[in-house]
Amino acid sequence: MTTTNVVVTGYGATTPLGGDAASTWDALLAGRSGVSRLETDWVERFDLPVRIAAQLAVEPAEVLKRVEARRWDRSEQVAIIAAREAWAHAGHAGDEPTVDPLRLAVIVGTGIGGALSLLGQDDILETQGLRKVSPLTIPMLMPNGPAAYVGLELGAKAGVHAPVSACASGAEALAWGWRMIKSGEADVVVAGGAEACITSIPIAGFSQMRAMSTRNDEPERASRPFDVDRDGFVLGEGSGIMVLEREEFARARGASVYGRLAGIGTSSDGYHITAPDPQGSGAARAIGAALRTAGIDPTDVGHVNCHATSTPVGDVAEAAAIRAAIGDHPVLTAPKSAMGHLLGAAGAVESIAAMLSVREGIIPPTLNLERIDDGVQLDVAAGEARKVDLTAAVNDAFGFGGHNVALVFTAA
Amino acid sequence: MADIAEIQTGLAEIVEEVAGIDAAEVTPEKSFVDDLDIDSLSMVEIAVQAEDRFGVKIPDDQLAQLKNVSDAVDYIAKNQ
Repeated sequence: MTTTNVVVTGYGATTPLGGDAASTWDALLAGRSGVSRLETDWVERFDLPVRIAAQLAVEPAEVLKRVEARRWDRSEQVAIIAAREAWAHAGHAGDEPTVDPLRLAVIVGTGIGGALSLLGQDDILETQGLRKVSPLTIPMLMPNGPAAYVGLELGAKAGVHAPVSACASGAEALAWGWRMIKSGEADVVVAGGAEACITSIPIAGFSQMRAMSTRNDEPERASRPFDVDRDGFVLGEGSGIMVLEREEFARARGASVYGRLAGIGTSSDGYHITAPDPQGSGAARAIGAALRTAGIDPTDVGHVNCHATSTPVGDVAEAAAIRAAIGDHPVLTAPKSAMGHLLGAAGAVESIAAMLSVREGIIPPTLNLERIDDGVQLDVAAGEARKVDLTAAVNDAFGFGGHNVALVFTAA
Repeated sequence: MADIAEIQTGLAEIVEEVAGIDAAEVTPEKSFVDDLDIDSLSMVEIAVQAEDRFGVKIPDDQLAQLKNVSDAVDYIAKNQ
């Protein structure tokens, strides 16, 4: 029996660090922060305790056609921008068709969906009445909207899916894509996550959970995973998309291969709706499953691109999971220290980073790690990027609801 | 009261705003669906904007009858 391998032939992103994947990666390696003050009226109006966020480096309206920007929710806009980049990067965007649409699937997850459109249209209903509510309201707010519009853009007919598992959604989309290729349902899967919900009610809600950093006077120092003085996450926005392909298919068309999605693992905590299992046992099971499906030994994992959101409980639970499932040898990094928490896009953007770390042998630094929490007991790259030869890297992603996803990336 | 030419020009501007089709393409003989590729959702938006601009009511059953740009221009001219 021949083994079906899943390779990555392209990727794209738009994030608080850059308008594409390359600029995002460069900024990560350089240790730049994408967090800044929120200059909006509603922060004052509601006296919100959080006045910082990681906003997109490049406004979607600058990249999209006017009518595209008008018809799509911001979460859909970022998905399309990242997907177009990934699709072209993979060499699929030429004049000649490269894949049978019946063998092409799209899987794009989101945590929140089109909240900005829901709220904006509700305002219109209140102030201007029914007839001014856009007939596009539903396609703009539905959480499968980003996946659906990317699917339409690419003409995918093997299936379009939208996993919704809070902050694990983007990683779950990649896991789902891996399964579709492994099962023979598709040759090419465009997969990732999209999120854009920086507005008053998500910030108010997360603030009321005491989940967000209130270090408003020092935006760039607010997101500090694994540091003893961390006080919550910083909300970000953006999208990351990968083009996954069956290896034989990619090789036959002469595609460049940037890495392999070698294995995936998913699990659920069965513990609490928002709090992680403090022992990290659910996360450890996901990591273990990912290593088993990848067929690699824990000792081969030199790097973990962590979920680490900078919340007091989550970061040490994840460290416990890594120690249990892999050991104390991997070098960790926490990209949310630089680009904030992209919720349903986080796992996808960070998977691109994890794969590039294997490809280039370099791990981006964790920002703001000044005094490491005693509960971590692991080697976290901090200060500057660290050069390490890597065989395999793991990306972790966890979501409210107790969703755990781990992905294993290896070299091309 | 807008004359036929003003309605034609104004409607073309609305179509460009809503659907992104160059106003110069929105000529009287064109079908909204077959020639201009405008979907039913965009037609609803175009109708609402036309109602505001020309002070006319376009009920849903009437909207469904407006196949070509000229149908819409004539309807607006008669009912404004």
